[in-house]
Amino acid sequence: MTVPEVKQLLATLAEQIRPQLTPETALVGIHTGGVWVAERLHTLLGISQPLGSIDVAFYRDDYNSRGLHGKPQRSGIPFDVADRHIILVDDVLYSGRTTRAALNELFDYGRPARVDLAVLVDRGERQLPIAARFCAHTLAEPLPAGSKLSLRRDDHGNLSLEVKSA
Amino acid sequence: MLNPQLTKDGRLRHLLTLDGLPKAILTEILDIAAPFSEVAEREVKKLPLLRGKSVFNVFFENSTRTRTTFEIAAKRLSADVINLNVSTSSTSKGETLLDTVDNLCAMGADMFVMRHASSGAPYLLAQHLRATGRDHISVVNAGDGRHAHPTQGLLDMYTIRHYKQDFTKLTVAIVGDVLHSRVARSEIAALTTLGVPEVRVIAPKTLLPTDVERMGVRVFHDMKEGLKGVDVVMMLRLQNERMSGALLPSSGEYFKFYGLTEEKLALAAKDAIVLHPGPMNRGVEIDSAVADGVNAVILPQVTFGIAVRMAVMSMLAAG
Repeated sequence: MTVPEVKQLLATLAEQIRPQLTPETALVGIHTGGVWVAERLHTLLGISQPLGSIDVAFYRDDYNSRGLHGKPQRSGIPFDVADRHIILVDDVLYSGRTTRAALNELFDYGRPARVDLAVLVDRGERQLPIAARFCAHTLAEPLPAGSKLSLRRDDHGNLSLEVKSA
Repeated sequence: MLNPQLTKDGRLRHLLTLDGLPKAILTEILDIAAPFSEVAEREVKKLPLLRGKSVFNVFFENSTRTRTTFEIAAKRLSADVINLNVSTSSTSKGETLLDTVDNLCAMGADMFVMRHASSGAPYLLAQHLRATGRDHISVVNAGDGRHAHPTQGLLDMYTIRHYKQDFTKLTVAIVGDVLHSRVARSEIAALTTLGVPEVRVIAPKTLLPTDVERMGVRVFHDMKEGLKGVDVVMMLRLQNERMSGALLPSSGEYFKFYGLTEEKLALAAKDAIVLHPGPMNRGVEIDSAVADGVNAVILPQVTFGIAVRMAVMSMLAAG
């Protein structure tokens, strides 16, 4: 599979989101890749609301079997969630379980007016009834089982998509 | 010997003491506690990590702060919390500790938080659970006799790290009744493991264990000498209820020589922080002017204690 250029995907995603923005719209990135994407969108779209971030480590459904992995990050929602239009941002949408966990966490901050999901890439094979309203690229074919598609950031802050096979 | 607190692959199974616990685990607990402290600022102060689990708080000794913060921590992790005030229960009717535990296991306990006046009681409990094939049940020591109070030691480390960041540049003084203090033992173990270059203890000879130097500390009997230039002052409570025999002339005289006053604190570094595990005896080991002063971080300690206990319980539940 050819891995799409992230810069192009970010531009596409920003143009999909732009017509739907309101002055009350806020972005919330999901750690870690989603936060990077949210940071770029925040600049590209010139959003005035501060940027939020969420680490779903404490809300994962496989916590009992896997435990905590890595160093959980502090979630930070620097605005009032209640009655706000929120766009959850992630790098890759796959099973939908991360989105489910992020929604649960988000609602512990308050009751948003509307929540949309924006992702760079949808790799399909959902295990939950979740869909992205904004999506820059959909994989035509499923990746081999066990392979991992994720966003990387190099020392210069450049983003790229990477496939690791099992 | 296998550390009874750790699983075969080195994860936390029980928390019984900080003595001998690897630096990596201590640091991991402090790291995990940091994001938990943010939960208090949310509208819904709950995380689902211990959903469906039952945590039994079994306190054979009185406690307000520790028991309450353990209860809050477990509830913020969505556990069901059962508080047993054992002084008014079956033990007073003659039931043994292990019989009590077996009964609580039969009620579906997933975790025990235990305080006991006898040093080693939580070890006995952990051993018993292993011997009876109930290894999945975790034990957290909430203070045993004079031996250890690991979560207090951890929350003190969290507090120090919060205000001072780097352990390897600090001089820390522990002041007071070290002899009877499980808190002091846990603090010394953690400070040493985390790389604090100079740990001092300041106390009269009668309130120090005979082999205290072997714990890797510098001993001072003169408080004014011992406080010079320290970055962190960790006060201990004068343990009246553990005081048998005449170790001290009077609490008034103790305050004169070992009570922390503004005058004595002025000898420490200007930005020194003052910790106290509570409950405080104002006018015995600490003057109100210090306890309520700008250097005191005694109330933040209590708040941090919740996050640290959440970190410990979530790590145990995932083990």
